[in-house]
Amino acid sequence: MTQLMTFVNAMPGNISQGLIWGILAIGVFITYKILDFADLTVDGSMATGGAVCVMLITNGCPVWLAIVCAFIAGCLAGMITGLLNTLLGIPGILASILTQMALYSINLDIMGQSNRPVSVDKYSLIVSSREVNVVGNSPIMIILALVKIFVIVAVIIAALYWFFGTEYGFTIRATGCNQNMARAQSISTKKSTVIALVLSNGLVGLSGALLAQYQGNADVNMSRGAIVIGLAAVIIGDVLGTVIFGKRFNFVARLAFTAIGGIIYFMVLQIVTIIGLPSQNNKLFSAVVVIIFLAVPYLRKSAKTSFGRAAKNSLRKGAPKDA
Amino acid sequence: MLELIDVKKTFNLGTVNERKALNGVTITLEDGDFVTIIGGNGAGKSTTLNAVAGVWPIDDGAIYINGKNVVGLPEHKRAGFIGRVFQDPMTGTAATMEIQENLALAARRGKPRGLSWGITRREREEYHELLKMLDLGLEDRMTTKVGLLSGGQRQALTLLMATLKKPDILLLDEHTAALDPKTAAKVLGLSDKIIAENNLTAMMVTHNMADAIKHGNRLIMMNNGKIIYDVKGDAKKNLTVEELLLKFEEVSGTKLNNDRMLLAKEEGQ
Repeated sequence: MTQLMTFVNAMPGNISQGLIWGILAIGVFITYKILDFADLTVDGSMATGGAVCVMLITNGCPVWLAIVCAFIAGCLAGMITGLLNTLLGIPGILASILTQMALYSINLDIMGQSNRPVSVDKYSLIVSSREVNVVGNSPIMIILALVKIFVIVAVIIAALYWFFGTEYGFTIRATGCNQNMARAQSISTKKSTVIALVLSNGLVGLSGALLAQYQGNADVNMSRGAIVIGLAAVIIGDVLGTVIFGKRFNFVARLAFTAIGGIIYFMVLQIVTIIGLPSQNNKLFSAVVVIIFLAVPYLRKSAKTSFGRAAKNSLRKGAPKDA
Repeated sequence: MLELIDVKKTFNLGTVNERKALNGVTITLEDGDFVTIIGGNGAGKSTTLNAVAGVWPIDDGAIYINGKNVVGLPEHKRAGFIGRVFQDPMTGTAATMEIQENLALAARRGKPRGLSWGITRREREEYHELLKMLDLGLEDRMTTKVGLLSGGQRQALTLLMATLKKPDILLLDEHTAALDPKTAAKVLGLSDKIIAENNLTAMMVTHNMADAIKHGNRLIMMNNGKIIYDVKGDAKKNLTVEELLLKFEEVSGTKLNNDRMLLAKEEGQ
């Protein structure tokens, strides 16, 4: 019973964290699902967003402007990966790893040290873990705090729905689907690759800015393993949405379910923590979640048709006649 | 008008796999010319089309489309003047996008793209009418993902996309080779119709000699990266597959080595 209470009490925190990571996951959705590009820049650009945001806020910049700057910083990080890939011919995944590693140093340069606090007492932050704490907040205040994040996510989804419905959005979708076709339709696949990476990492930077505010500090390690959490949210959302909507799982629903995937991820994490997973094993947990969600569809498919099954079936036909 | 002047291309230069794919190809297509291209394996048929499309830069020579030298333009910029249909039905369309979205992408070929809607209501009506012409029932499935269509349907759609915005040159690279005979005949008939109706300038690579004779107003034969035979008008119309085979041996000094072409000949008899 106390365990259930712990879970319920942690619910608002999990929802807001899930949505913040959901924004990152929507960024991952753009590269992983739409552009078909394994972009690991995320592991650096999220902390870049957090670092830029916190440094600006603590130096007197308005919070909204700091968030916009974090978005732009993320965009720049994505652009570097894109240019390494398209102009210098470095394979996508390697290009993103290089950017990610370089960003670690850059993030330290931005902050001057590995961790920078930003207090909700001193600055009027958009989100804070304290706002969603059941201790010291009325239910209405908690709901209001959650609505704020919901609205941010909804605005992002609406903006992306619009963008991917434009001529430009079409070029990115075509590039991710079939580069030969895209070029034959006079689309510069290099340009659309860079733009998708810019947009994706902009959202990742934005999510970093919100996470830093939420946890009250920016840390150079805050985005380590972020890509796996982002992927977990994308895949959980995808599997769940496909089960619920089937063929009618459209673009808006996909984006929404990516964010919902983030919430589910944090709820499940909470459950296993309550059951007794030490917090040092969080990353192990993320990896296992992604492995399970990627493996299950594959295993289910191969269970229907496999060499092992074929071998078994063949035994029923008996031995060759002339043996 | 399309002009190729002494176009050369060598693949894997300086390696053991070095191969002269185009060895000085020169040809001029007048407006409205519909040229069929035949030749042995590795003769340079598809390579010629790829050189025109700008899949890679050529080593030497010049290519003019309507008087404009396009040699320096990359593939996506040249695509503004060129419509293409590929051998593999998967290549010409975006499988994860809807039929109407694919058409909308094609309608914007060569035009600057911005932040206006990728497809408008007026376009949807227009595409509905156009798809009716294909007579494949696609007009009622406009929001279906292209990946769910058959190879023949995808080729027909690609053909429509390649000609939606009238191209200066239409390149058909064995676009019926992957289809069953019945579907192939239908797509070929459709190609004829679209080319005639829009008075397009077109190049079609085929391995089927009978098709090469039957379609278009001009036929060229390639061997070792060169055009070895070029025939048009009545002389082309009156050709037979036998004559074509003899002609090949006579000009190239070897027997034709294209298995599929010879198989197609057997079928024709």
